[in-house]
Amino acid sequence: MNQPTPPAATTPILRLADVSKTFVGTNALQDISLEVHAGQVLCLLGDNGAGKSTLIKILSGFHAPTTGTMEVDGEPVVFKSPRDASDRGIATVHQFGGTFPLMSVGRSFWVGVEPSKGRGPLKWFDKKFAGEVAVREMRSLGITRVTDGNRLVGSLSGGERQTLAIARAVYFGAKVLILDEPTAALGVKEASHVLRIIMQARAKGIAVVFVTHNVLHAMMVGDHFAVLIHGRKADDFHKGERTREQITDLMAGGEAMAELEAELDKLQAGA
Amino acid sequence: MSAQLSEARPQAPSGAAPRPPSPLSIRGLVYRPEAGALIGTLGVFVFFAVFGGSKFLAAGGTASWLNVAAELGIIAIPVGLLMVAGELDLSVGSVLASSSMTLAIVSGHWGGPMILGIVLALAAGVVTGLLNGLLVTRTNVPSFVVTLATNFGMAGLTLGLSRVITGTTSVGIKPDPASKAVFGTLIGGQFEVAIFWWLAVAAVVAWVLQMTKYGNWVLAVGGDPVSARACGIPTERLKVVLYVASGFGAALVGVIQTCLYNGAQVANGQSFVFNSIIAVVVGGVLLTGGYGSVIGVILGTLTFAIVNQGIYYTGWNADWASFILGVLILAAVLMNNTFRRLALSARAGKKA
Ligand SMILES: Nc1ncnc2c1ncn2[C@@H]1O[C@H](COP(=O)(O)OP(=O)(O)OP(=O)(O)O)[C@@H](O)[C@H]1O
Ligand SMILES: [Mg+2]
Repeated sequence: MNQPTPPAATTPILRLADVSKTFVGTNALQDISLEVHAGQVLCLLGDNGAGKSTLIKILSGFHAPTTGTMEVDGEPVVFKSPRDASDRGIATVHQFGGTFPLMSVGRSFWVGVEPSKGRGPLKWFDKKFAGEVAVREMRSLGITRVTDGNRLVGSLSGGERQTLAIARAVYFGAKVLILDEPTAALGVKEASHVLRIIMQARAKGIAVVFVTHNVLHAMMVGDHFAVLIHGRKADDFHKGERTREQITDLMAGGEAMAELEAELDKLQAGA
Repeated sequence: MSAQLSEARPQAPSGAAPRPPSPLSIRGLVYRPEAGALIGTLGVFVFFAVFGGSKFLAAGGTASWLNVAAELGIIAIPVGLLMVAGELDLSVGSVLASSSMTLAIVSGHWGGPMILGIVLALAAGVVTGLLNGLLVTRTNVPSFVVTLATNFGMAGLTLGLSRVITGTTSVGIKPDPASKAVFGTLIGGQFEVAIFWWLAVAAVVAWVLQMTKYGNWVLAVGGDPVSARACGIPTERLKVVLYVASGFGAALVGVIQTCLYNGAQVANGQSFVFNSIIAVVVGGVLLTGGYGSVIGVILGTLTFAIVNQGIYYTGWNADWASFILGVLILAAVLMNNTFRRLALSARAGKKA
């Protein structure tokens, strides 16, 4: 492919160039090129099975791309494991799970980076501190009903769990925060809370990759949008460059939506 | 660690925050995996104290269930840790048999130094654990199947090799006084020294599970292996280490039994396969992983041992012991489920 034009004012934190991913039998992704910038929200839109989760699994080190390259801060990188990605400041909240229902809030906040007390072989996991920090960080993101770090994660609501996962990523200094459909299972109030947290993270200079198929949610927080259809990038645009109808049509494959509207009109007329 | 403590903001005003319940309060106990197990242990103890009478409560009676609990406990604790991590180990029976046969053959049949036999016996457990761990993590075949296969494989290997080497299936040994004292004496003529090994294993594993980051890793891997890996936990290495620990525990009991009974038999140990799972599950560990505690496993082990031995003190036909155990397992698991649900619905700040 041709060389990218001279870099814009800022180098993107994350750049994908011509990334493809093939699973046995399916081309989940084909020739995806994307840039993610600090302090911006990139919305990845697409219908079920479009390849959104596959794309962020590549960004977060879960899958290696079949072809194509990835750069972090302008440096080429190859992630061998999720740990490599998190070492580079890329934190991911996956679509399903991401937190541990039967663990306490404090424990689950610190999985993999447990704080310790004491020294040498007698170092121990500082549970009290772990719980206090988890509760405090959730409160700073507006969750005030969780006051006890010993509470099991499974007793939190969906929005509270998303907040816990995001609080964790922000606390550990993520530069890129990837959220896979964080609002999909949430009610209106909880979803708007998560959207607010996304804006908070953006204000801190964190680059956010927000995966969703809710166009409304995307338009509320997005600076930049990419639409995936059957594993290909169908469109790529900035805030204000498309209307909601245009995006919805694009995601649904254009005619399908117009047809549906016509049908609905007919039904309404008949009623 | 990479925690950015410098970023920590000042503590938010805590005036409005209800105080979290103390772990020692009744409500705090509900959060704990061993809540149900404690009731079970106390229940069976009181039951047999009433129906077993003073003999059950005397030193001899206490020794009989403590001895059973000690041997089972040394195996059940590391098996429980594996189950918290979401994996099963059904190979402990054959590991016990192979380790005790190794010791009896090396130091008894061949007359080698006792210490050599003990080291090789423990190594047999470690190697089997390593094999289990590598097979489970590399092949992604469920650990139920993998360890069931190693249990059969090792049993056959132990039987075959014993016959080829010694011509029999049971080998005697005369442990030297030091080994006898460390592994196989009866303190006061009735309490197995294994009780101290059990306490030591329990203390170490409880520390690891509750107080170290590795314990947090075990809980995380059992709760959600994919997320745990995403958080940077070396899940495969962790599981291999846990299988090695489980093999070591079973091999240690093999050494203890061989020193205690002055000999080994190839058929030893198979009862531990299911008994360890019973102890662990009664102790409140979730069979699918992610939830459990060492205290719970200890209580589950005690419950099993008390029922197993207590029946002899009641004067009833001992044939009923298994029946009581079966009912008890169901009751314990139902109770544990209830407590887990309570823990999942416990809302801080809501009156209990
Ligand atoms: N591990 C895998 N092996 C084989 N095929 C896969 C794998 N993961 C994803 N796929 C396929 O790749 C395609 C894209 O899946 P992906 O999960 O990325 O979609 P998505 O856009 O996240 O959808 P949704 O909105 O439903 O979450 C699908 O056809 C899916 O079946
Ligand atoms: Mg998806």
